[in-house]
Amino acid sequence: MHTKTIAELIQGLRAKEFSSEELTRCYLDRIKSFDKQVNSFVTITEEQAMQAAKQADKRLSDGTAELLTGVPLAQKDIFCTSGVKTSCGSKMLDNFIAPYDATTVERFNKAGMVMLGKTNMDEFAMGSSNETSYYGPVRNPWDLNRVPGGSSGGSAAAVAARLAPAATGTDTGGSIRQPAALCNLTGLKPTYGRVSRYGMIAFASSLDQGGPMTQTAEDAALLMQVMAGFDQKDSTSVDREVPDYSATLNDSIKGLRIGLPKEYFDEGLEPEVAKLIQAAIQEYEKLGATIHEISLPETKLSVPTYYVIAPAECSSNLSRYDGVRFGYRCENPQNLEDLYKRSRGEGFGAEVKRRIMIGTYALSSGYYDAYYLKAQKLRRIVSDDFRKAFAEVDVIMGPTSPSPAFGLGAKSDPISMYLSDIYTIAVNLAGIPAISIPAGFINGLPIGLQIMGNYFNEAKLLNMAHRYQQVTDWHKKIPAGF
Amino acid sequence: MEWEAVIGLEVHAQLSTQAKIFSGAATAYGAAPNTQACAIDLGMPGVLPVLNQEVVVMAIKFGLGVNAQINKHSVFDRKNYFYPDLPKGYQISQFKQPVVGEGYIDIQLDNGEIKRIGITRAHLEEDAGKSLHEDFSGMSGIDLNRAGTPLLEIVSEPHLRSATEAVAYLKTLHALVRYLGICDGNMQEGSFRCDANVSVRPKNQKELGTRAEIKNVNSFRFVEKAINYEIERQIEILENGGKIVQETRLYDSVRNETRSMRGKEEAHDYRYFPDPDLLPLVFDEALIESIRASLPELPEQKRQRFQAQYGLSAYDAIVLIANQDTAAYFEQVVNQGVSAKLATNWIMGDLAAALNKDGLEINQSPISAEQLAELLKRIEDNTISGKIAKTVFEAMWQGKGSADEVIAAQGLKQVTDTSAIEKVIEEVMAANPEQLADYRSGKDKLFGFFVGQVMKLSKGKANPQQVNDLLKTKLHG
Repeated sequence: MHTKTIAELIQGLRAKEFSSEELTRCYLDRIKSFDKQVNSFVTITEEQAMQAAKQADKRLSDGTAELLTGVPLAQKDIFCTSGVKTSCGSKMLDNFIAPYDATTVERFNKAGMVMLGKTNMDEFAMGSSNETSYYGPVRNPWDLNRVPGGSSGGSAAAVAARLAPAATGTDTGGSIRQPAALCNLTGLKPTYGRVSRYGMIAFASSLDQGGPMTQTAEDAALLMQVMAGFDQKDSTSVDREVPDYSATLNDSIKGLRIGLPKEYFDEGLEPEVAKLIQAAIQEYEKLGATIHEISLPETKLSVPTYYVIAPAECSSNLSRYDGVRFGYRCENPQNLEDLYKRSRGEGFGAEVKRRIMIGTYALSSGYYDAYYLKAQKLRRIVSDDFRKAFAEVDVIMGPTSPSPAFGLGAKSDPISMYLSDIYTIAVNLAGIPAISIPAGFINGLPIGLQIMGNYFNEAKLLNMAHRYQQVTDWHKKIPAGF
Repeated sequence: MEWEAVIGLEVHAQLSTQAKIFSGAATAYGAAPNTQACAIDLGMPGVLPVLNQEVVVMAIKFGLGVNAQINKHSVFDRKNYFYPDLPKGYQISQFKQPVVGEGYIDIQLDNGEIKRIGITRAHLEEDAGKSLHEDFSGMSGIDLNRAGTPLLEIVSEPHLRSATEAVAYLKTLHALVRYLGICDGNMQEGSFRCDANVSVRPKNQKELGTRAEIKNVNSFRFVEKAINYEIERQIEILENGGKIVQETRLYDSVRNETRSMRGKEEAHDYRYFPDPDLLPLVFDEALIESIRASLPELPEQKRQRFQAQYGLSAYDAIVLIANQDTAAYFEQVVNQGVSAKLATNWIMGDLAAALNKDGLEINQSPISAEQLAELLKRIEDNTISGKIAKTVFEAMWQGKGSADEVIAAQGLKQVTDTSAIEKVIEEVMAANPEQLADYRSGKDKLFGFFVGQVMKLSKGKANPQQVNDLLKTKLHG
């Protein structure tokens, strides 16, 4: 059962090959057997899962089931879940139980999906390796001595090891796409505003976006159908019709114009990764697409721009963790200042503190214009790159990450860690959608192909990804031992 | 040296919406602590603000009321600072691009002169919660009911030159927000509160002196006292060769003084930046125009009309229009055919005093406008004297019936029958032969004595004019 995609599980449930209870039990058992090695879950919601599965089986038998009813799913521990701990990978929220569901969680629950548990992640989604989690690093099922990527590393590893058939992720600077690439998954970061951010704990509000992490593009389309849509609880969500993502998966891509930005293929890219990306592009040519070299000249600005804007927003977003109303509070505070200093000093990890410091500095009077305001201008310049490019091509392709998964502890210097986001960050600054799909292996380690689209062109990206997955089988590979 | 005070005011008007500015929680005053704070007001992880559109309409109303530029594109910013009653660690406010831009309001000074006071801006923001330092030994309690309550912060230009002018400005603003129906103006509950920026400079000097900001003064009287205290304090320092420190000061109404709260060096760096959770506030001219069309008659227009239409003095007009209900009450009385002057005197005099004594608003008055008009008409048609009218008013206040009913029941009808009054005069003359002899021998001053005796004997019911006329004839014999 556990090797099936969501599309296959839907058929299996409908054909009564297995019940949701059997299916859920299968995944829970797998989590018990394998997660000691991977550390992909922070919380396993066994009891609630079995309860939900029972409910789902009832709906399946009485005809009130929806398409996804009874299918298990793992939620990144950044989405608030009513009555279940939501830690955001932080000691600060180790004791936090939200009294509400995130809109995404509410939608999946309503669809009858069964939540298996909450997945590990970089603390407050700040990291590219899942090493900043309070709950310890997640290990990459393809090589347990390597990182799964981050910040949605727990979700990626769980699906890669088939401890869950799919999971949710969030992407602020690549946090869905990069771990998807490093773990051989399909990961979609939707257009900013397409998926509600309500109840999704904020890292950098103008960049954060939730999305699906799945085995196939077909599965991603199924989950997107539930996640996407206007939410009146999120002022930045967009009131725009949601297309039928599954309906266009098989559309022909003949004549589609693919842009290859030369900046994404320069010396920073490992040659073997480049080779695999070129091979994937050739597949697309065979499918009838045309290839165009383009330029995104301001790509180099995206990392410095991002590392001003994201910390600035996070420095403010994380002010609410003060030990007063919820979350971690230090022992025996002597006075208010002591309460603040020690609660935050003890509750946050090093990377979170680093970003709060950077962001506070960037917003300070006297530095605001030089950093935050300048970064906002550069953000527009980076976005303009894409606007110009999409006047000439339909989609843009390149690598998701400059290299395959690196070793645990290999990037101890924050700057080298930040630079590993080079190909994913510009997409968040512009707010456009992008998908990462499996494109081959180097020494047994997966490589991801990134496809970027214009605003609200998720259907096109899913269509492109699906057509590729019809002619390749990288995405079907499962790590040995799982 | 002669000194001049320069004052600018920041008023926080609580907008009278049912729900908070960024959440659906209720805003009612006086609920048990933390019963009107939802997850959004508590700043819980992952929650997001959604703007209550009603506050936008209210802000536009205010902007139109002060002849201001309405900014069709404005931005919500985060003002970052740590305090236990500020749940998110930032307050959502408007910094660089407020919804209401420059405008002005005309105030009337004591000498009748009209002075134009510039309004720099008005912006929307959320209130913080409340810290309770009593009743928790060694700890503080936090009540977040008020967190997220919508406020309009109205900033004036430093155009005010005295505490009296500042109060006149505040009262004008207070009347305006209540006319517009955007704020209940309740100063005790903190719905209308003010910070004052005060500085002094030698008269005729152009540059402004260093200012001190006086925080949260919650009555007109305290504003006046606090500003006067502060002006004197600053002058004294300067005259002794000292320097004013730019700082925030707190007014202590018990000791009538201002005290330093924090200096400039401790001033916060609020790290304002646009709130990424909220889109810029954008609306079109059509919305402004539809709101303009819905505006009621505003205080300034009403004042002018009252003076022109009813021949009222500027002072009377200002007092009457300060409260919309009072103005309406006045017009209802006058519409019954009562003279404006008589109506004004009674509304501002006996009625105001009685309302004040019983702690009632005018729309809760036990005597309706129609009922008061009936009473006043009885004065005008000489049924009763002004003095007897006070007795009748008192009885009406206690629910003993209408004016006519009280007059009939208590036999208070004025005596205008000449022969009846003559009879009383004759009785008085007979009872006071000595005084009569003295008067007739030239002691004119005793006339008043006879008037008093006649009125006393008639229980105040004799028509005073007739008593005068008849006495003169009779006393002369």
